[in-house]
Amino acid sequence: MLPTDSVKRLSFKRCVSEGDLVIVYERHDNMKAIKVCESAVLQNRFGVFKHSDWIGKPFGSKVFSSKGGFVYLLAPTPELWTLVLSHRTQILYIADISFVIMYLEIVPGCVVLESGTGSGSLSTSLARAVAPSGHVYTFDFHEQRAASAREDFEKTGLSSLVTVGVRDIQGEGFPEKFTGKADSVFLDLPQPWLAIPSVGKMLKQDGILCSFSPCIEQVQRSCETLRSNFTDIRTFEVLLRTYEVREVKMNSFQGDEDRSTELPPCKRKQRLNEEGNGLENPSPPVVMARPSSEARGHTGYLTFARLKCAA
Amino acid sequence: MSIELNSNQNPKITWEGCNVLLDINDGDRLLFARLTPGSTLKIGNKSCSLQPLIGCHFGSLFQLETGDKGPFLSPVVEVSNQEEKGCKIDEPKDNRALVDNNTAQSLTGDEIEAMRREGVTGDEIVEALIANSATFDKKTSFSQEKYRLKKQKKYAPRVLLRRPFARSICETYFKKYPTRIGYLRVDSLSLLLSMANITAHSDVLVVDMIGGLLTGAVAERMGGMGYVCNTYLGVNPYPIDIVRMFNFSDEICKRIVQSPLAELSARENEISLQPGQPEDSCNTEKLTSPPPNSVNMDELMVTPENNNSEILTTAASPVSKACKAAKAGGKAPEVAIKSWRETGFSSLIMAVPDMDAWTIVKEVLPLLSFSAPFAIYHQYLQPLVTCMHNLQLGKMAIGLQIAEPWLREYQVLPSRTHPHMQMSAFGGYVLTGTRICST
Repeated sequence: MLPTDSVKRLSFKRCVSEGDLVIVYERHDNMKAIKVCESAVLQNRFGVFKHSDWIGKPFGSKVFSSKGGFVYLLAPTPELWTLVLSHRTQILYIADISFVIMYLEIVPGCVVLESGTGSGSLSTSLARAVAPSGHVYTFDFHEQRAASAREDFEKTGLSSLVTVGVRDIQGEGFPEKFTGKADSVFLDLPQPWLAIPSVGKMLKQDGILCSFSPCIEQVQRSCETLRSNFTDIRTFEVLLRTYEVREVKMNSFQGDEDRSTELPPCKRKQRLNEEGNGLENPSPPVVMARPSSEARGHTGYLTFARLKCAA
Repeated sequence: MSIELNSNQNPKITWEGCNVLLDINDGDRLLFARLTPGSTLKIGNKSCSLQPLIGCHFGSLFQLETGDKGPFLSPVVEVSNQEEKGCKIDEPKDNRALVDNNTAQSLTGDEIEAMRREGVTGDEIVEALIANSATFDKKTSFSQEKYRLKKQKKYAPRVLLRRPFARSICETYFKKYPTRIGYLRVDSLSLLLSMANITAHSDVLVVDMIGGLLTGAVAERMGGMGYVCNTYLGVNPYPIDIVRMFNFSDEICKRIVQSPLAELSARENEISLQPGQPEDSCNTEKLTSPPPNSVNMDELMVTPENNNSEILTTAASPVSKACKAAKAGGKAPEVAIKSWRETGFSSLIMAVPDMDAWTIVKEVLPLLSFSAPFAIYHQYLQPLVTCMHNLQLGKMAIGLQIAEPWLREYQVLPSRTHPHMQMSAFGGYVLTGTRICST
């Protein structure tokens, strides 16, 4: 997924080959991650797609099915991966993820601790941010979930950057060997306040913690715990409003000469057209935007805090 | 696997000559300064040296004290954690007896001035003010705390030493000079960086017309591996002075390069490119804008804040401006340009808050590899709408989306948790998508 490997990195000449992970794009809300295998086929509502047809085509190509339906083949990115990964848990979405990376001040070379791993949506972006020399150590107390996450990082080619451990961070804290080694720590736990004392030990001076909690009561308790040896405690909510863009025909008001006949606007227009008296003035379609009517209204609260500096 | 990683990539301690962000009185004043033995900071009518800040941990807190040799910054040793002193919501006190007739305080201004001359510490003055306030005891514990904080800010101002990061630089500009960065809020910036898939070893094409904030933020994420290629229409590169705030190492600076669009496009797409025309249309605008290396940064450092009555600050005497560090924004090397023509850029990131997005996008998008993501910032919605529509019509990209981030901060206190009363209602629009192969 990352351009560290110069053979596999994106380029005009980089073509799909056997064993590649591709994102099959049907529509913006319908995508799928597939490992290319010469003998395999993909079947969906657009027909049957032979992987062998894909091999040798550049990434970003449109490929056709036996029935003439088509999909696009995209190179995976952490953002696309977030849209296709299997949800073993509730996951973090792009607005929160990007804000977390920015606020945790993660740059190449950083050591980041995370718990829980969940579906690995955030871990993928963390790995991209610390690459190539940093590392993400992520922990989940659910053995099978940790194993699935490990498989996913293998699949996305991030396993050299992410280590998944099985551990109950709320109960046991982070492993002692990370004491004073972490640049930043991310918590997505039901009772984050239980892990905060351990986080204080793991962080380097001036290191930053982020805790993600869906409920304000969790935030309240975390903040009370944080006040003892953290500073700059700030809680945010970040959401995205998306826009629909459409070409719209707007009929302009034609004047009041026809007012006498009380007809609904559409009828009136028809009538004018029928008459063909040259009054109709079909304005050219205009491209317009409006907010999408449905949106995610809440994901969680992001609480950031910095370890106090011992003077 | 070793957990120890190169820490010089990510220094935690200040050094002579480094740029820092000073946060005065908990966000009341923010300013950038360069730490040199000669640089000074003015708080109120007092001027103090920034020398004590050299060699300290980022995150250290200082307080302005007055000593024999005048005002100086002294490190604050936090006296354990002040437990929330029973700020209870069901406290019986309220403000029914409060009469605002300006007689509650029995200490006079002259007396306070005398105390200061005698070298009484700021904290002691605050205690004296509390002891001499007739109404302090009648206040609720919540407003007592507020009173204490207000007096502390005036008589014992605190300076927090911050490391400039894309985050803090963006926040500071957004707060002080939002027009210079086209109202790009930190959540929009973070969305841009994610959606453009910025990471080490990428070759990122950047169109930065927000003074270098975008360029710096991209370079920070790449850690000196790969290239940040700033392109521009016409002959003058856009100024990127804000890059200087980031304390980049020479390795990172060398990877921030500039190249005119005409040069990047040459031979690549000769039919679609009509050199001259797109350039000229922008030239008129660019010629009037300040040349690179203008005074932007210094302006920022010495502009007195007029909207704050208690503290008038100027910072960092304009001492040796000579940046010994390699300069960011050199000309892109020939070999790199050649390789970009062959492979394409791995992503595109743009912030052109005062220009038509589409006329630029249609020129730069062909320079991207197929399947490369892009993220475009604008302070207005309409240019992105036009751009998105044209990309759709031209079948140039998929996964197109216009998003407007929304950011709300909360006050979290025992029994007093609620969203902040004031918030930023606008942080810009972001258009994202993926380039497709149209052949």
